[in-house]
Amino acid sequence: MSDLFYSDIASLNQGLESKAFSAVELMQSVIDRTDAVELKINAFVDRDVEDALKQGRASDERRARGESLGPFDGIPVGIKDILAVKDQSLRCASKMLEGYHSPYDATCITKLKEAGAIIWGRLNMDEFAMGSSTENSAYGFTANPWNLDCIPGGSSGGSAAAVSAGEAIVSLGTDTGGSIRQPAAFCGVVGMKPTYGLVSRYGLVAFASSLDQVGPLSRNVKDSALLLETITGHDPLDSTSLNQPKVNYSSALDQPTKKMTLGVPKEFFQQGIDQEVKEAVEKAIAWYGSKGYAIEEISLPHSELCVPVYYIIATAEASSNLARFDGVRYSHRSKDAENMLELFSKSRGEGFGEEVKRRIILGTYVLSSGYYDAYYLRAQKVRSLIRQDFEQAFTKVDAIITPTSPTPAFQRGEKNNDPLAMYLNDIYTISVNLAGLPALSLPVGMTQNDLPIGMQVIGKAFGESDILSIAHDFEKNHEFKNMRPKI
Amino acid sequence: MPKSDKKINIDYVAQLARLELSEEDKSKLSGQLNDILVYFEKLNSVNVEGIEPMAHAHKVDNVWREGDEPGAVFSKDILNKMAPESREDQVVVPKVVE
Repeated sequence: MSDLFYSDIASLNQGLESKAFSAVELMQSVIDRTDAVELKINAFVDRDVEDALKQGRASDERRARGESLGPFDGIPVGIKDILAVKDQSLRCASKMLEGYHSPYDATCITKLKEAGAIIWGRLNMDEFAMGSSTENSAYGFTANPWNLDCIPGGSSGGSAAAVSAGEAIVSLGTDTGGSIRQPAAFCGVVGMKPTYGLVSRYGLVAFASSLDQVGPLSRNVKDSALLLETITGHDPLDSTSLNQPKVNYSSALDQPTKKMTLGVPKEFFQQGIDQEVKEAVEKAIAWYGSKGYAIEEISLPHSELCVPVYYIIATAEASSNLARFDGVRYSHRSKDAENMLELFSKSRGEGFGEEVKRRIILGTYVLSSGYYDAYYLRAQKVRSLIRQDFEQAFTKVDAIITPTSPTPAFQRGEKNNDPLAMYLNDIYTISVNLAGLPALSLPVGMTQNDLPIGMQVIGKAFGESDILSIAHDFEKNHEFKNMRPKI
Repeated sequence: MPKSDKKINIDYVAQLARLELSEEDKSKLSGQLNDILVYFEKLNSVNVEGIEPMAHAHKVDNVWREGDEPGAVFSKDILNKMAPESREDQVVVPKVVE
């Protein structure tokens, strides 16, 4: 029973059903593991052990009564500190929300609770999901389990590191420009951003509302499929949530694999890419070719514009969304304010960290009078061109394969003082958010320095089944899913 | 698009954003933001004439509620507890009228 914390959901279910162990024992195994490694990893900003064990007991009681709620009953799911869980702290890794507790559950949390999952802890992140390294947290950095001097990626760095280190069976993250996929790649796990509108954003603290999506992180493709199908569904509380038929992604993985046509965009393999990353992804593409998939070179000609488009649109939306943190009804309030305007500006100046301030200023600037057309409107038009590139490509191919990130995990502090270099790290992931498409990252190799390499599979809108199937086919024919970091 | 020699007026933008910045923040941010704005000029390389702006991933129509039935609301207690300062079921703020 010692390695319960590294088991997959199917085998945990078998064990729970056959009474080989209880949900409490499973939870305890994850708690013990977390206690053992957390001083090195710092994946959590908060965790309530008693509450988790209480949820485990409730699960065991349901099962004893023959009322198990399904495959997630008793499975510990780690939660990024940006999703509301009733009566738990919600800080978005920011001093701005110190002391805040959610009065309600996010819709994805409600769905997990209905499925019997154990809602486990608050996972570290870049403040308000702004960052690519989890260094912008007011509660300390998270380390990459594969190399403690490296960053785990971000912004869902805690979600990826916890799954990689065995501190959660699966976790939820959020992805605005790559914030699930890039940390998944850096920590050697699977991470998926669903099609925009597939998962409700109700109860997700908004960063860039037209880009944000909630998605799963796991140690194998099937667990991501299971978690995804649990949290999808139309939600009247989120007007951008789409009314799509519910898909059972996990059972589709047991069907024989279709040999699809995979597009390889030449722009993603040119300058700036690390040689080991390039070789690992090319090797994976060659494997698909050898297994009967058709491989086609494609072009996404506006790719290099996605970084400026993204950092205009995302910061503009953020400057508007974060206006709610004003120190009045909730959030940090400055003690030095003598009038209302000072209350706003001092509370915000004290509560927000450096990267958040940088983005609020940038977003305010691109929306300000005289600059709106030149920056924001123009970026929205180029966003249309980026989407058209994908539409064009998907007339010829079923899915698109790229590296997830141009490099493996980098050293902590390496890009701290160069925000532009940090932004460029997202170059392969952000076009997917701009176009609203689904994409996942899965491990396809290791560098000589023992750092994981991730490959991104991008699908058509609502093509989750296709990209999961493509990833699953690779995974079951390779050994990467069983590799564990030595912590 | 404005040329990069038009430096960002950090005091003005910070005031628009209701965000107090230290002098150190200001000098650091201005330099970095000007670099980022130069990078944004890449967008000038593409012709966007006749291209529709895209605000959303999917075409989103106005979403109407089926019927706006009153539902459960948070208790005054919960809301008051969230506020940094409250008194007699009201949120306390500095004086706004002279």
